[in-house]
Amino acid sequence: MLQIFSVKNTVDFLRHALPISVMSLILVIASFVSLGVQGINWGLDFTGGTVVEMEFSAPVDLSALRATMTSAEAEGAVVQNFGSSRDILVRLPVRNELKSDVQVAAVLSAAQSIDAGVIQKRVEFVGPQVGKELAEQGGLAVIVALICILIYVSFRFEWRLAAGSVAALAHDVIVTLGVFSVLQLEFDLTVLAGLLTVVGYSLNDTIVVYDRIRENFLKMRKGTPVEIVNTSITQTMSRTVITTGTTLITVIALFLKGGTMIHGFATALLLGIFVGTYSSIYVASYLAIKLGINREHMLPVEIEKEGADQPSMMP
Amino acid sequence: MLNKYPMWKNIMVMLIIAIGSFYAIPNLFGEDHAVQIVATRGAEVTASTQTTVVDLLEGQGIAVKRAELENGQLLVRVQNPEQQLIAKESIAELLGQKYTVALNLAPATPEWLEAVGGSPMKLGLDLRGGVHFLMEVDMGEAVRKMEEAKIADFRSQLREEKIRYAGIRKTPKGIAIKFRDAETVDQAENYLKTRSNDMTYTDASSGSEFMLLATMSDTYLKQIKEEALQQNITTIRNRVNELGVAEPVVQRQGAERIIVELPGVQDTARAKEILGATASIEFRMVDDKADVSAAASGRVPAGAEVYQRREGGIAVLKKEVMLTGDHITGAQPTFDEYSRPQVAINLDAKGGSIFSNVTKDNIGKPMATLFIEYKDSGTRNPDGTVKMTRIEEVISVATIQARLGRNFVITGLEHTEAQSLALLLRAGALIAPVTIVEERTIGPSLGKENIENGVQAMIWGMVVVLVFMMVYYRAFGFIANLALMANLIMVVGVMSMIPGAVLTLPGIAGMVLTVGMAVDGNVLIFERIREELLAGRSVQQAIHEGYGNAFSTIADANITTFMTALILFAVGTGAVKGFAVTLMIGIATSMFTAIVGTRSIVNAVWGGKRVKSLSI
Repeated sequence: MLQIFSVKNTVDFLRHALPISVMSLILVIASFVSLGVQGINWGLDFTGGTVVEMEFSAPVDLSALRATMTSAEAEGAVVQNFGSSRDILVRLPVRNELKSDVQVAAVLSAAQSIDAGVIQKRVEFVGPQVGKELAEQGGLAVIVALICILIYVSFRFEWRLAAGSVAALAHDVIVTLGVFSVLQLEFDLTVLAGLLTVVGYSLNDTIVVYDRIRENFLKMRKGTPVEIVNTSITQTMSRTVITTGTTLITVIALFLKGGTMIHGFATALLLGIFVGTYSSIYVASYLAIKLGINREHMLPVEIEKEGADQPSMMP
Repeated sequence: MLNKYPMWKNIMVMLIIAIGSFYAIPNLFGEDHAVQIVATRGAEVTASTQTTVVDLLEGQGIAVKRAELENGQLLVRVQNPEQQLIAKESIAELLGQKYTVALNLAPATPEWLEAVGGSPMKLGLDLRGGVHFLMEVDMGEAVRKMEEAKIADFRSQLREEKIRYAGIRKTPKGIAIKFRDAETVDQAENYLKTRSNDMTYTDASSGSEFMLLATMSDTYLKQIKEEALQQNITTIRNRVNELGVAEPVVQRQGAERIIVELPGVQDTARAKEILGATASIEFRMVDDKADVSAAASGRVPAGAEVYQRREGGIAVLKKEVMLTGDHITGAQPTFDEYSRPQVAINLDAKGGSIFSNVTKDNIGKPMATLFIEYKDSGTRNPDGTVKMTRIEEVISVATIQARLGRNFVITGLEHTEAQSLALLLRAGALIAPVTIVEERTIGPSLGKENIENGVQAMIWGMVVVLVFMMVYYRAFGFIANLALMANLIMVVGVMSMIPGAVLTLPGIAGMVLTVGMAVDGNVLIFERIREELLAGRSVQQAIHEGYGNAFSTIADANITTFMTALILFAVGTGAVKGFAVTLMIGIATSMFTAIVGTRSIVNAVWGGKRVKSLSI
């Protein structure tokens, strides 16, 4: 049979756990620093403002277009390519004294002065208040998701594993956010959706490993926790590689073919899948070991039935 | 015997997949060009309307594919876009102003499919183009109006009871009523408590000042806001109908926002004008004893207010409002005998009786029509909401000639003003002004592009995954691929079945992602089977153990993903909600196809036989 990951013996994954965890920790700290220093490049959905997307009949010279957008109404406009050299995106900040209609009209007339055949493809306006609420709601959603998962995993597995999985998820979210912050990629609603999907995906991975860890603790009578975790990771590695591979393929297809409106979403997922896959080993499993997971924690809780130790009264 | 599914289980699997596929079928038929006819106020679309319309079109040589009358709206399908345009114009001409005639694209689902509830997926605005508005109701204004009404109530109630008060005015804390002594404060408090119990009263006297402070109770405030929102939704719905848009959406969101979606609309300026315009009228008596020139210089008599007149100059009106626009049930622009534009107004029964009483007592006296409009001032409040300016103008002053009933006319308008006033009055006044806090316009070309992009991404991802699975797992890979395709068809089927589910661009992304993630279930199972085989189990046992052991893992992993999707659904708006829906459906169907679906095939092929090796 065809095999991508084929090993007879257990691979000692956890041998590198310490340096890799330290690296993860550094990544998390670096993310926090970047988030603190330059923050996130919040998109229109969160900051409010106006976006106009236009398609020109021929490639446009950006600096020429910028030069025409100097009128007072279009002041502060950010002009950029969006997909191809004929597609242009103009972003306008919220201006107290100015209505968005006026701003949009100014942008369109500037564009028309360069190319009469320009088509207005999309206009979006979001009030500042709505954006602020969304940002709060989005942050809340991620936190609620993490708490729900913590509860579910504690209930289904064990609190040490739950703590490990939630730490891994928080790690994925923070590092992905960190990359968005470092590269100053635009963070809009679809990216938030992508981030929550990353939470779901990464958790998927963690649970698969945990399931095997629990099973092996019960099955393998010998072996230290580290050995058992190593065995479990080795056994599930094939699956991890394949599933990550197929998911990556579809996400890359989205990234390349899905069009500009879905780009942020695909970027978040791409990042998240990488980070999420290694964190299920080096953050989630490693932390559970550090928290002292052992065989006793995995034994099913025996419920003593009343009278079970009494001899049966029935013949 | 291992790995044998009982017959009922196989039948169940087939039945579920068959139902899913059946409801996915309507998506294959595309759309018909259609004309939609909706009745606006005072009219009704009936079976006879349908016959008239069909006869008209067939008389013009336009073949009607199908005409359906449903929920008071008529949908007439024709062959092509050219006929659609001709049909729309001639129908509009035939039916006149009481009906709205709009172009529409109707799903071309055959009737027999429709009869069993089959309909294609609904496309979100990002896929078909149109405008999305999020509107916010100015609750401050709604409360202010209520407070004013309360002040008027207090005045008349105290006067009726002969409790002497020194003045009533609005303060930031509430309504302050001043009295001359402490005794009257108590008396008023006791009396008002029994009359207006939705307010709370506190004695705010200090020193020589005797004052009663009335504030709205929390439940009353909540009730006011709820009513304002509901009333505005109704009004906006009426206005949207006036716009003649096919399949519009008007929905509340949260405590003070309204979502309006107008598919296919490109002229956003006009849409905004009609939706956001807050116009209403009030009828008030002119204070004919007042000295107009004295009022102009600021000496306004008590109980009167000065307003600008539209044609210039000022008018001194009594503060008391005789009738508000709320009672108007109909308004049509017409012309008087000198061909001057005017608006003919019909009132409801209550308005009619008020109006007839008032006009009876005031024959020979001048009455003014005050036009009130809220306009976006272009500036914002500190909290980010848009400041509205209240524009008030006297549009006509007419001497009451006779007792007026439920039907009368307003004059003194320009032709276009008469038309737009009639439109606004007919659609009902907004109880509180609304502002557009979010607006998204997607051009039709972008919508189409979005669909194409999404479908292309899906095809690419799918092809690579299918090929990989075939090569890697051979016969089992082929089975997993069957499951994957069945899964995708079922997602489409379920999406089409659920009435509220809308396909958006992120929704397509969700489906693409489902393709990648759905194989996970089968990968887990197959890897497990391989392991069991390597461990030296027999083929039958390996299959049995493989499915059995992988099950709890798949369940745990999917339940947690489902939870995050659910949270995404709860907090998300519009497009993101669409993603969450497809993701949730995808998780449910992929669990079914990956575990039960493939098992039934595997059992049928290998189960219960002597098999030496597996193609896995």
